[in-house]
Parts: sequence; C-alpha cells; structure tokens
Amino acid sequence: MSEPTLTEHKLDPNKWIDKYSDYLFNYTIVRVNNYDISKDLVQETFFAGLKSAKNFQGKASERTWLISILKRKIIDYYRKINSKKGQAEVRMNFYSDGENEGNWIEERVPQSWDNEAEKQIENVELHNQIDACIDHLPEKQAMVFRMKTIQEIDTEDICKELDITSSNLWVIIHRARTQLRKCLEENWFNN
Amino acid sequence: MMFKKLNITCDEATTICDKNQYGEASFFDKIKIQIHFLKCKICALYTKQNMLLTKAYKSKGASDKVKSSSLCMSQEDKEKLRKELEKLNTQ
Repeated sequence: MSEPTLTEHKLDPNKWIDKYSDYLFNYTIVRVNNYDISKDLVQETFFAGLKSAKNFQGKASERTWLISILKRKIIDYYRKINSKKGQAEVRMNFYSDGENEGNWIEERVPQSWDNEAEKQIENVELHNQIDACIDHLPEKQAMVFRMKTIQEIDTEDICKELDITSSNLWVIIHRARTQLRKCLEENWFNN
Repeated sequence: MMFKKLNITCDEATTICDKNQYGEASFFDKIKIQIHFLKCKICALYTKQNMLLTKAYKSKGASDKVKSSSLCMSQEDKEKLRKELEKLNTQ
C-alpha cells in the first residue's frame, strides 16, 4: 500500500486564474504576438485541464501540467496557420527552377543603402517599421522569426515546441529574413 | 566531387548567411559562403546588410522583451474566464 506523500500535487481549478493566467498568457503572447489568440489559447488550456483533471496523477506540479497542455495548444495553432494557404502573398526571392535555379530574381536583388543606415539601429521608428514588415509575412514565418530573433529562444527549443526539424526552421528563417530585408529596403533604408 | 560541394547557389549562400547571424553556421558552411562571395557581390552585400539588420532586430528585441514581460490579460477578461471556469467546475 502506498501512502500519499507530502509532495503529491493536487489540482485546484478555482485558483487557476489567480495563480497561472498571467504566466500562461505571457508565455503565449511572446510566441503568437496577438492578444485575442493568446487569450483564447489560455482559455482552451484551462478548459482542457478541467476536462482531463481526473487524469492528473500529481506527479508534476499543477503549473507544469497546465503548461504541457498549453504547449500542445500552441502546436495545434502552429499547424493550423501552417496549413492556411494563400493568406499572405509569398514573394519569391530566388528562381525555383530552370537554368537560373537558386539565383536572385532581378527585381529582388539587394540595392545598396545609404551610409547613414548604421546609425538608425536603435531608432524607435525603425523598430515600428520592422513590426509592420513582420506583420506582412505569412503568419508561420512571422511566428518562427519572432521566436528565434526577437525572443531569442534556442533553435532546439523552438523545434520541440513547434514539432519541426532544424532544417525546416532555417528555411522559414531564411524566407522571413529575405522578405523582411526587401520590405525594410523599400519602406525605410531607401525610402 | 569536393569542388561540386563547394559550389552553391545564391539561395543556399544566403540561407547559410542567415543561419550565421545566430552563430549557428558550421565551419564548412562558412568556407562555402566565403568562396561564393568571391564571385558574387550581391550575396556579399546581402551579408553586410544582414549584419546591420541583426543589430536592429537585437535592439528591437531588447525593448520588446521589456514590454512583453508586463503583458497580461485584462481584468475584465480574467473575470469572464473565472466565471466560466467556476461554472464548468461545478457541473
């Protein structure tokens, strides 16, 4: 017969909002960058937690358990935006076939920027323009780019969190960065 | 064979360059892009601009992280959610 130990964890759903909503919401919003979507994902997490409360074995803390549910919700969300086709125009930067395969497409070739560019790195207006350009990316690229570049989450962790391979991640980052470069060139550096 | 492996397209060169912005390109990758830059000024320019963009993204990331650490749900939304949870929990 095994006796319950002091370290065994219990669920107390009436306290979830006070104890975990801020943490879970923050975890979500830095990844999906949208208030309503984050709110919905946290809500779904609590509901799913309540529904499966009887399966909680008390091995992990209540918080760890809720985060594991939220992580699955975020993967589901990522898969959903990944399967949405044509929601944002995907501009190609390189020829994808023919004898020029892998070469720059003429009108996408980088142009030189003026010498003042270096001084603008910390400019808040540039930061706002970066946001605007990220918002023009396909949702999937925006999410992975933000996680890797703005939040500086490790490659390995992002791959685990979104259930993608590292080569998959680098292709997404590459597409996002070439796209952003072009957008910033047109709207900021050579404007 | 070895020579063929060193010969990469602009698409591949800039992919490595992007990876390198996070310090995650391999030694062999770095050799490949240096060789590519010898004959491709466009990708060399891309790399120069990429380094500047990385600095800008970092600067933006630093200020975003400060802002996002205080982001939370509105009291109103929390109360709504609290009521729904209580309702479900008593069912």
